[in-house]
Amino acid sequence: MKYISLSRQDIKEMMKVIGISHPEELFTPIPEKIRHPGPLKVPGPLSEPELIQLFQDIAHHQNNFASFNSFLGGGAYPHFIPAAVDYLSTRGEFVSPYTPYQPEVSQGTLQVIFEFQTLICQLTGMDIANASLYDGASGAAEAVLMANRITRRPKVILAASLHPQYRQTIKTYCQNIGLIIEEISYNEEGRIDLTSLEQMVDDQTAAVVVQSPNYFGVVEEWGPVFKLGRQKGALGIAVIAEALSLALLQPPGAEGADVVTGEAQSFGLPLAYGGPYLGFMACRQEFIRQFPGRIAGETRDVNGQRGYVLTLSTREQHIRRERATSNICTNQAWCALRATIYLELLGRRGLRELAQQNFYKANYLQEELVRIPGVSLRFQGPVFNEFVIQLPVAPARLEPYFRENKIIPGLTLEEDYPELKNCLLLCATEVHPKETLDRLVNVLTEAIARVKEKGGQE
Amino acid sequence: MIREPLIFELSDQEKSAFSWPPLDVPARKELLAKLPLRGEIDDFPQVSEPEVVRHFHRLSRTNYSVDEGFYPLGSCTMKFNPKVNEKIATLAGFTEGHPFLPEDLVQGNLRVLKWMEDLLSEITGMAAFTLQPAAGAQGELTGMMLIRAYLESQGDPRKYVLIPDSAHGTNPSSAHLCGYRVIEIKSNQQGTVDLDALRTAMNKEVAALMITNPNTLGIFESDICEIADIVHQQGGFLYMDGANMNALVGRFRPGDNGVDVIHLNLHKTFSTPHGGGGPGSGPVGVTKKLEPFLPVPVIVQEEDKFRLDFNRPHSIGRVRSFYGNFLVVVKALAYILALGSEGLKEVSEIAVLNANYIRRSLEGIYHLQYSTPTLHECVFSDKHQKKYGVNNLDIAKRLIDFGLHPPTVSFPLTVHGALMIEPTETESKRDLDMFIQAMKRIADEAVHQPELLKEAPHSTYVRRLDETRAARQPVLRWRPEPEEEK
Repeated sequence: MKYISLSRQDIKEMMKVIGISHPEELFTPIPEKIRHPGPLKVPGPLSEPELIQLFQDIAHHQNNFASFNSFLGGGAYPHFIPAAVDYLSTRGEFVSPYTPYQPEVSQGTLQVIFEFQTLICQLTGMDIANASLYDGASGAAEAVLMANRITRRPKVILAASLHPQYRQTIKTYCQNIGLIIEEISYNEEGRIDLTSLEQMVDDQTAAVVVQSPNYFGVVEEWGPVFKLGRQKGALGIAVIAEALSLALLQPPGAEGADVVTGEAQSFGLPLAYGGPYLGFMACRQEFIRQFPGRIAGETRDVNGQRGYVLTLSTREQHIRRERATSNICTNQAWCALRATIYLELLGRRGLRELAQQNFYKANYLQEELVRIPGVSLRFQGPVFNEFVIQLPVAPARLEPYFRENKIIPGLTLEEDYPELKNCLLLCATEVHPKETLDRLVNVLTEAIARVKEKGGQE
Repeated sequence: MIREPLIFELSDQEKSAFSWPPLDVPARKELLAKLPLRGEIDDFPQVSEPEVVRHFHRLSRTNYSVDEGFYPLGSCTMKFNPKVNEKIATLAGFTEGHPFLPEDLVQGNLRVLKWMEDLLSEITGMAAFTLQPAAGAQGELTGMMLIRAYLESQGDPRKYVLIPDSAHGTNPSSAHLCGYRVIEIKSNQQGTVDLDALRTAMNKEVAALMITNPNTLGIFESDICEIADIVHQQGGFLYMDGANMNALVGRFRPGDNGVDVIHLNLHKTFSTPHGGGGPGSGPVGVTKKLEPFLPVPVIVQEEDKFRLDFNRPHSIGRVRSFYGNFLVVVKALAYILALGSEGLKEVSEIAVLNANYIRRSLEGIYHLQYSTPTLHECVFSDKHQKKYGVNNLDIAKRLIDFGLHPPTVSFPLTVHGALMIEPTETESKRDLDMFIQAMKRIADEAVHQPELLKEAPHSTYVRRLDETRAARQPVLRWRPEPEEEK
C-alpha cells in the first residue's frame, strides 16, 4: 500500500515477535462497541497521476484568477521570488525535520534561525528577535499579551488604522483574560490622532499599538506616539504588515518602540491564499523573560566549537506549562528559512532598491489615478506601496468594467470602515510594470465616464 | 568538516547576488524625501549567489531529517512526507491567489478548504471543522475558546479546566490563555485517567477536561465514554488533543464517543512536512452545539458554489489572518485522497504494529513503567541504565552516532527518564531493526563503556552543546567583532 514499507513477510515476522496472529489484535484496548464499523466515506485511493490531474483542475480551472491583474494588498503582497529561494528551501534536509530538539543534528535549522533573528533585529532596530510566530495578526495579539504581563495593566489602545484582521485577532486573544481594548481614530492625513491619544492614554494603559505603514498605506510617525505612551508608562508596540517597508523607513527601534511585530510574507513567501505566512517579533533586551516563542542562541560544544541551540526555554510551555509566556510550540520555521534566503540574496542594496521601486510605483499610480476627474486621494499622509483613493461612484457600479478588462482594482474599505464610502485600497509593487499601472488608469477613467453617462445614483 | 560561517561573516559590500530591472516609472526623489527614511542597514549581508547557495546547501547537510532516515520522535508522528503533495502545493493556482480575491475567482481554493473540513468531520465524527488555527497549540486555544464562548452564552463561563498529568505542556498553557485555572488529574497505576480522581475533581465550576487519546504514553483511554459521561453530567465539555490521531484513523471516531472538541495536527497525522518547526496546521472539530461559535469566516457551500460567511453573531472571532495555512491544507487533502478509506485504516494498523514490534523487541532491556498495552508509541525509561550513571539523554545522543534520530526524551513528565518512541507506519522493517539493534547495543555500552554514551554524539558536525551556557549568557544574534566597528 501507499507510503508503507513492509512486505507481507515482514508483517508476518513482526507479528510472530509480538505474539499475535493479526494486527487487529493490537487494537483490543479500543473496546469493540466504540470502534468505528467503517469504512470511512473518503474517496480514493488516487494514484499520483490522478491526484495531479484532480488538483490541476481545482487550481487552474475552478480557480480562474490567473488572467487578471490584481492591485490587492492589505496585509498580503505580491512580490517576485528569486529562483534560489525555492531551490534551496525545498531541500529535504530543510523541509522534513521536526523542531530542532536535538541540536547536534539540527545545526542547519538552528543557524538559519539565528541568522533570521539577526536580520530581523537589523531591520527593526531592536535588540532581540524570536524564531517566528504564526503570522502578523497572531503576532500582534502575542505582543499585546506580553505588554499586559510586563505592565500588569488592563487597557490596550489600538490604532483604528491597524489591520482590521489584526484588531479582530487581538480581541479574540484578549476576550477571556479581562483586557480592555480601546480604539483610537485616524485624522485627515490617515494617521493616528495624537490629541485623542493624549486623552486616552492613562496609568491603566499597557500598550499603544500602531501599524506603519498602516492599513491605509500611510506612514505613521511612531516617535511622538510612543513618547505619549511612555509618559504614562505604556509600552509602544509597532506593527508592520509590509515588512519590505523596513528597508526604507526609519526602523521602529529608533523611534522608541518596545516591541515590534508583524508579517514578513513579503520576504519570499507566495500569496498562497493567505498562508502559510511568517509572523515575526522583536523587543528590547530588558523584556526577554516575557518574550514569547522559540529563540535560538549561540553556545559552544565540548570541543569549543561554535554551535546553536534552542534556548531560554524556561519561558516556554513545555517547561513552565500554564505559566508560560505563550502556548506556541510549532511556529513557521520553514517560512523563516525562506525569508532568510530571500534577504541574504537581495542583500542590503537589493532590498533597498526594491523598497524604493515599490515606493515610486505606488506613488506614480496614485498620482495618475487622482488625475482622473472625480477621483481623489483620501488621505494626505505619505505612503509606501499602498494608498487609498475615493471614487466618485460606488465601486460596485464599476465592477462590470473591471471584470470585462480583467482587473481586480483593489480592496473596498467600507465593510471595515463604514465612513470610508467609495474608497479603494490599492497596492503597487515591482510585479506591476508601468503598462499595467497605466492600463488600470485607463480602465478606471473609462469606467467612471461610462457610469456617469448612464447617470443614476452616485 | 568545513565549518560554515554565519552569512554576516562572508559579507562584502562589493558583492551582490541579485539585481532588479531598471525602474520604469519616474523616480520622484522629492516625494521620497517626505518619508522618515532610514540610513543604510548596519551590517546587513551582501554576498554573491554562489555563496548563498553553498551556505544553505552546507547548512542543510548538518540537519537530520525524515527524508534521511528513521525519526522516532514520540508524539510528533514523523512519518514520510509524500512528494506529490509538495508538487501539488506549488501549482500556481494555489500559490498565486491573493486572499482578498473575489470568491467567484477562487472557487477551487474554497472547495479545497470545504472538502478538507468535510473529510476531517468524516474521519473524526465531528459535526464541523475550522481550518484557521496555524498549529496544534493554536487549535487548542481555539477549541478552549469555543467551549468558553458556549458556556458564557449560558451565563457561566466556569473557572477550571482539568488536565491529566501526562499531558503536553501546550494543554495547560492554552487553557490558561483562555482564562481558566488548571487542575491536574493524576494518572492511575495503568497510566490512564483515574476515574475516581476525575469524579472528585469534576464539578459545576469545571469547564472542560482536556484529554489526549491515546495518551502520551501511547495508551488508549478505554474508559473514554465513561470519562465523557462524568464530564457531561456536570455540564462540562470533553476536549480531545488529537496529536496522536495516527493510532486511531479509520477505527475510532472521537465525535461518536463523547468528545465535544478535537484538534488535529495536519503536520503529524496527515503527513505534511514539519519544516524544522512549522508551518503546521491545527484544525479544530466540534459538535453541532459548538458550531455557531467557530472562528470567522466559515466556508459555506450552496449547491456547487462556495462562499465565505462572515455574518456569524456567536463566533469567537478570528485567531489569525485569512483562512489558515492554506498550502498545508492542500498537501493534507492530497494525502487523504491518495490513501482513501482503506489506506487510512492501514495507517493506524501499521503504525501500531511497528510500535509494538519495537516495544516487544526492547522490553526487558529497557524499563517499561507501565505494562498496559500501547498503540502507536511506547515509552521506556532509563531506569536500568541509571545504575551505570547513564541517563535517557545519553542514550538519545548515542543513537545519533548510529545514524538515527533519538526518541523524545523530555516528556511525558509522568515517566522519569523517558524514552518516548513513535516509529509511524512508513518505516521499513530494516529501519526498525536497525533502531532495535542500536538500542540493544547502547544498553550494552551503558554497562561496559558508559563514557561512550556520556560523551556522545561522536560523529556529528558539532558535539554535545552547552545548553546551560546558552541560557546563562544569551547570545541571540550576531554582532560584528569590536575591532570591525571602527
